[in-house]
Amino acid sequence: MNAILFPVVIVSIIGIVGGIILTVAAKFMSVPVDERVTNIREVLPGANCGACGFAGCDEYAEKLVHEGVATNLCTPGGGEVASQVAALLGVEAGEVVAKRAIVKCAGTTETTRYIMDYQGPQTCEGNNYFYQGRRSCSHACLGYGDCVIVCQYDAIHVVNGVAVVDPDACTGCGMCVRRCPNNLIQVVPATSEVYVSCSSTDTGGFVRKVCKAGCIGCKRCEKTCEYGAITITNNLASIDPEKCTNCGACIPVCPTKVIRKAACENYLEIAQ
Amino acid sequence: MEKMGLILLSGILVDNFVLSKFLGICPFLGVSKKLDSAVGMSVAVTFVMVMATAATYPIYAGILVPNKLDYLQTIVFILVIAALVQLVEIVLKKYVPALYKSLGVYLPLITTNCAVLGVTLLHFENSYTFSQAIVNSLGAGLGFLLAMVLFAGVRSRLESAVITKSFDGIPITLIAASIVSLAFMGFSGMI
Repeated sequence: MNAILFPVVIVSIIGIVGGIILTVAAKFMSVPVDERVTNIREVLPGANCGACGFAGCDEYAEKLVHEGVATNLCTPGGGEVASQVAALLGVEAGEVVAKRAIVKCAGTTETTRYIMDYQGPQTCEGNNYFYQGRRSCSHACLGYGDCVIVCQYDAIHVVNGVAVVDPDACTGCGMCVRRCPNNLIQVVPATSEVYVSCSSTDTGGFVRKVCKAGCIGCKRCEKTCEYGAITITNNLASIDPEKCTNCGACIPVCPTKVIRKAACENYLEIAQ
Repeated sequence: MEKMGLILLSGILVDNFVLSKFLGICPFLGVSKKLDSAVGMSVAVTFVMVMATAATYPIYAGILVPNKLDYLQTIVFILVIAALVQLVEIVLKKYVPALYKSLGVYLPLITTNCAVLGVTLLHFENSYTFSQAIVNSLGAGLGFLLAMVLFAGVRSRLESAVITKSFDGIPITLIAASIVSLAFMGFSGMI
């Protein structure tokens, strides 16, 4: 009888002692967790996209409570989340500027051509790493859709060999911006409609050789714009969203049709 | 002193827990994708191995052996190690938040890790003294670190390699692990 009872007692005692130590430790060494962090974390979208500039929703919630960072940094959540967060913290809500991504390349299969039959890792990152792209233009969209994989809102797709953003679905979180190895994607305010769909800084003559829809840096748009919103730097036009009024005067003067208007309804047609 | 050095070296190379004894394969395959998380996990394992040895050795020598209960060692050790890791987690959270943040994710994973249990049990097979057991557990932890770091390097190479679809993912990882393990077989019989 003792041969069974004794081990049972010993193991039970060890277990109980361990349990008591843990209970006492948990009681006297507990670290209080701020309730507001949990509440704010529940309000945030939970996509962990990093648009706020922090590692994820958890870290943003933590920083909101302890370091008082701005409540309007969550672009996917928009104004609604900002006001809810502000209400939980008891501070004034800042205004959230709605944003969306644009792809600054029009190098479709018709306008530019492939110069290799690439067989390596089928990702933009791999192709760009080994060969600086498979198109005649090294600034062209690589077309393997690294941005499509990374997008959590199904807002970006590769159409005709070039990535296209669906403005309705895009929240402007900027995941694709950080992923694109060619830096073709930019986040702009959702109100700005006119954009330059090219990222090539090569000289005009070279651009004409490799792509039918590239910016050749002719400066016609710069001269046409009444508001001084367009500047040419390094053979590439860029539009300042703050000065641009979306008048569209630059669109017809562009010889290569590289300045476009991104309207929500027919974004796929524009891409083609 | 010489014996201590030999015990440490044999823990790291000859009797490497992952690559020669095939214990702790789960974190070896699970957490070796990135170098920094591999190092974090290994440091946590080393830490817990030494702590667990320090806690279980007195219990074995002081309570189990005198009462002729040494057949209970496995179940008692599981109990003690699980409670110990929980306690360490609570203490770290309170007093060393920086260490808790870097080890925090890995500590609960280690609670029931077979490499930790294996270390504490195998001391008695070799009839080590207390100090020898501590050195052996440190060596085992460092060996784990070595295996993890080596394998994290191998896996980062695998990421950019073109692999046939049927071998992509876990299959090629297991093949790579077996080759690394084969390399460590070269150390057997050295000490």
